[in-house]
Amino acid sequence: MSDKEEEPRIGVFVCSCGSNIGGLIDVKALAEFSKTLPNVVFTEDNLYTCSETGLAQIKNGIKDHNLNRVIVASCTPRTHEPLFRDCVKKEGVNEYLFNFVNIRDQNTWCHQKYPEEAFDKAKDLIRMGVAKAAKLEALENIIVDATPTALVIGGGVSGMTAAHSLANQGFETHLIERETELGGRLKTLYKLFPNDQEAQILLENLKKNVQSNENLKIHTSAQVKNIEGFVGNFEVKVEENGNIIDLTIGVILVAVGTSLFTPTGYFGYDGKTRITQYELESKLKNNDVKARDIVMIQCVGSRNNERLYCSSVCCMTALKNALILKENNPETNVSILFRDLYTPGTHYEDYYRRAREAGVVFVEYSPEKMPSVEENLIKVHNEYLGEDLLIPYDLCVLSTPLVSNNDNKALAQMIKVPLEENGFFLEAHVKLRPMDFATDGVFVCGSAKWPVDITESISQGYAAAARASTIISHDTIEVEGATSFLPDYNRNLCTGCEVCIKVCPYKAINKNEEDDIEITQVLCKGCGVCGATCINHAIIIRHFTDQQILSEIYAYGGKEV
Amino acid sequence: MGENSKSVVVIGAGIAGIQAALDLGDMGIQVHLVEKMPCIGGRMAQLDKTFPTLDCSICILAPKLSECYRHDNITLYTLSEIQKIGGSVGNFSVDVLKHARYVKEDVCTNCGDCATICPVRGITNFFEANLVTQTAAQIAFPAAVPAAYRIDPSKCLYLNYEICGLCYQNCGADAIDFTQKDSVLSLDNVGAIIVATGLDLAEDIHTLNIYGYQKCDNVVTAMELERLICASGPQAGHLSRLTDGKHPKKIAFLQCIDSRSQKGQMYCSSVCCMYTTKEAMIAYEHDNELESYVFYIDMRAGGKGFQKFLQRGAKEYNIKYVKSKISHIEVDKDDNPIITYEDYETSEINQLTVDLVVLATCIIPSRGINKLADVLGIDLDHYDFVKTNPFLPVETSIEGIYTCGCAREPMDIPRSVAEASGAAARAAEVIKGG
Repeated sequence: MSDKEEEPRIGVFVCSCGSNIGGLIDVKALAEFSKTLPNVVFTEDNLYTCSETGLAQIKNGIKDHNLNRVIVASCTPRTHEPLFRDCVKKEGVNEYLFNFVNIRDQNTWCHQKYPEEAFDKAKDLIRMGVAKAAKLEALENIIVDATPTALVIGGGVSGMTAAHSLANQGFETHLIERETELGGRLKTLYKLFPNDQEAQILLENLKKNVQSNENLKIHTSAQVKNIEGFVGNFEVKVEENGNIIDLTIGVILVAVGTSLFTPTGYFGYDGKTRITQYELESKLKNNDVKARDIVMIQCVGSRNNERLYCSSVCCMTALKNALILKENNPETNVSILFRDLYTPGTHYEDYYRRAREAGVVFVEYSPEKMPSVEENLIKVHNEYLGEDLLIPYDLCVLSTPLVSNNDNKALAQMIKVPLEENGFFLEAHVKLRPMDFATDGVFVCGSAKWPVDITESISQGYAAAARASTIISHDTIEVEGATSFLPDYNRNLCTGCEVCIKVCPYKAINKNEEDDIEITQVLCKGCGVCGATCINHAIIIRHFTDQQILSEIYAYGGKEV
Repeated sequence: MGENSKSVVVIGAGIAGIQAALDLGDMGIQVHLVEKMPCIGGRMAQLDKTFPTLDCSICILAPKLSECYRHDNITLYTLSEIQKIGGSVGNFSVDVLKHARYVKEDVCTNCGDCATICPVRGITNFFEANLVTQTAAQIAFPAAVPAAYRIDPSKCLYLNYEICGLCYQNCGADAIDFTQKDSVLSLDNVGAIIVATGLDLAEDIHTLNIYGYQKCDNVVTAMELERLICASGPQAGHLSRLTDGKHPKKIAFLQCIDSRSQKGQMYCSSVCCMYTTKEAMIAYEHDNELESYVFYIDMRAGGKGFQKFLQRGAKEYNIKYVKSKISHIEVDKDDNPIITYEDYETSEINQLTVDLVVLATCIIPSRGINKLADVLGIDLDHYDFVKTNPFLPVETSIEGIYTCGCAREPMDIPRSVAEASGAAARAAEVIKGG
C-alpha cells in the first residue's frame, strides 16, 4: 500500500458538541494544542463537527491541506464513526485512515465536576489518537454476495405478517412454525380488543394471505436445528416432520412470541374457580361461563420483585373479557382490582371508558396491601375509603404476564444475539433500532422482544420485513474491513493450540482440512479476543495492530516512536 | 434487484418520516421526503435526552439527519407542503408547494452573520419553545439539516417593504437570495405515500391558566423544561427559574394536563409518564439536592425497561410518585407555586410549595392534519388523528397511502420508528410487488 510510504498529514477536528464538550473544556485551546503534535498539519474546532457545516469543514480541510489522515475528537464512535468515515471516503481518503477520539462520553460527561483534569485528559487522548493515526493503514471493506431469501422463525401474528410482506416484495421467504398449524397465540383467543373482532376471522385472513403467496414456503411441525454462516449467506438446517432440509438464507427474522405464566401459589390459583385470563378466554369461546360475580386481579406475577416489568397487554385483555361478560349478561357483576390501569393512546382509553359505562367496577389496590382471596369473598383494601372492601365472587380471574420462552436461550446462541434480563430478545438499540440485532442480517418482531398486543405485533412484523428488505434488496453486502487475520508470514508462529477457536464469540475461526487455522473474514467483527489470547502474537487485528496500540501507549507516556 | 421506476412520497420528516425514508432509500427505492419546516428532525430534535436509556436525543438523531440529506435515493423538500394529489395506488401524482427560503441552501455556510445583523428582533422561536426570541434570519438549531438559514418572509423588512437588506450585504458567502419564489414541483410515478406528520402539543390557555401558566413563570410546560435543561438550550442546560434565576430544589410534575379529561382530550398521551421521569432524572443530575414530585392518575409504563426506569427514578433520583390528580395551582408572594393534593394513603388534603411546576401537556394531532387529510382524501378519527384499523395499523382509508407514528395515535419514539419501518414495508410491497 502506497500510504505506508506516504508521509502522514493529519488533520484534527475538535468538536464542541454544543456545550456538551465546549461547556466544560476549551476546544479552541485543544485545537491549538493539536497543532503542536507530530504530523499534524491542520486543526480546527467546530460547534458540531457532525453537522453539515462541520462535515463541509472536514472536506475543505482535506482539499486545502492535502490531508491523508483525519481525526475527529468528539462524542463517541458508537453513533458517529460511520458518518465521519463516509465523509472522508467521499473526499478520497481511505475510511480506515479516519480515527475517532472520544472526548465526550469518556471525558466531559464522566468528569463533569473536574474541568481542569478533563482538559488534560482530552490532551492525552488527542495526543494518543494522533500517534495512532500516523500508524493507521488503509483497508478495504469486504464485499460478499447476498442470497435474496428470508427465513421467518415463528408462525404467529408477527411472523405471518413479516413473511407475507417479504413475499409480497418478491423475496423467497420460508416461514417456520413448530406446531402443526399456523397462528401462535391467536389460535387460542376468542375476541380481540379494541374492536371485539373475532380472533379466528383475523387468523383465517392472515393464513389465507401467507398460504396463497407463491414466494412463501410454509414449514409447519418444523424447527430450526442449526444455523451457520453470516448475513446474506446463512446455512440453515430445518427439521420438518422428521426430515432435515437445508436452506440458504439471506436474512433471519425472529418471531417466536412468548409463553404463558402459570400463577401457581398466587391467590390460591386452582384452574377451577380461580383461573387465568387465558383460561377465561377459552371458557368464553365455548360459552362456558356460569359465574355471576366475577372479580379480576391485575398484575398477578408481574410488577413484583421477581418480575419487575409490566406485561402491557393484561389490562386491555381484562377490560375486553369484562365487557364480553357484561354484554353476554348485563346482570353479571364484574370488578377489576388494579394498580395502574394501562390503556395508553386513543383507542384504549376510549375502551376503558366504555367498560366503566357498561358498569364494570374498578377498584385500585396497592402492592403494600395485596388483596386476599378467601372462600367466597375477596378482601381488598381501598385507600380512598381507608377501609377493606369485601367483594363476593364465584369466579376469580388472575391477569398474568406474558413471559419469555424457555428455549429463547438456545435460539439466541444459534443466531449469536443477546437476551435481556427477563429472557426476551435484546435489540441493537432500544430507541432507534427497535427491530435490529447487533448481529448483521438478523431481526426481531412481536412479543419475542417484549410483550405486545396484536396491533403492535402486526406493525412490528411489517417493520422487521422492511429492515430485512434493506439488506436483501441488494446483490452484495459490504462488511467491516477491520478484522483479525493470520498472515502467511506468521503461520510458522501458530502452534495450532486452537485457543483462538474457543474464544471467538462469532465462530469465525476454524481449522481447515490441512489442519491450518482459517479465519472467515466476513464473520469476524474485529473484537480482538483471538489476537489478545494468541500466545505467539500470530494473529493480527487490522486497525488495532500491536504497533498501533503501542504507539498510543507510548504517546500517553510521552515517548516518541 | 433492478431499478425501481416508481417512487414514494413521505410527508413529514420527524423521526418516523426519516426512518421510513431511510428504509425505503436503503431498499433502492427513490423517496421524496417533504417537510413543512425549514429543517428536518421534528419533535425529537427538541428533546434533551430520551427514555429509558438517557441517550442524548440530538446525538442519536443527528447521524440520521445527515444520512437523509446525503442519501443517494432521498430527495429532501423542506419548507414544503402537499398541494394536490391525483391518481391511485401504484401511480399517484403529487404536487409539492415549496416555499422560498431566500437563502441558497447549498451556498450558506451556517455562520450566522445574517441573524446577528438582522434588525428585526423578538420573533417567536418555535424550536426553543418560545423561551427566547429570534431575528428574521433563522435556523432552528446549530446541527440543523439542511445547514442553511432561512429568511422569515412574514417578518423580513426587505421582503415586505424593500428596505434594509443588511443580511444580503453582509453575507460573506453570497447566500442570501431575495429573488427566490415559491414554486410547485410535480412528482409523477409515485407508487405510494406515507403520512408521518407527527404531533403538536395542546396549548389550551384556559386549562393552562388553571395551573398557573402565564400567571407565574415558574409554571412551565414539559417541552419548555426540555429546552431549559438541554445543554444546547437557551440556559445552556443550567436549570434555573425564569423569575429569579434560582436553582429549583423542589419540582412538581403534573400529569394528564388536558389529556384523560372531559374538558380537554379524552385520550391518554402515552408518553408523559415516562418523559416526566426522565426530566426529573436529568434535573437531578444538575442538582443532587433536588426533590421531584410526580402527581399522576395511572403510572403507564408498559414498554421495555420502563418499570425498571421508574424504580431507578424513585431509588436513585429522589423522585416521589404521588397518586393524585391536581385540580389547580396557587402562587405565593415569592412566585412559588402551591399544590393542593389528596394524600392517597392518609386521605388527607395537603399542600406542597415548590420552586417549579412542570405541566405534562396533551399530545394532539399535527395542526395541519385536517387540511392535509382533505388534500389526500384520507379519513381522520374522532380526535383528528389519521384513522387506522387496529389490525391494519399502518393503512389509511385510501389504498397506497400509509401512516405511522403520532400522526395516527400518541406513541413513543421506538414505536414510531417501528411503525415507520412498517409503513415502509407496505410501500415497498407496492413498488416491488408491482
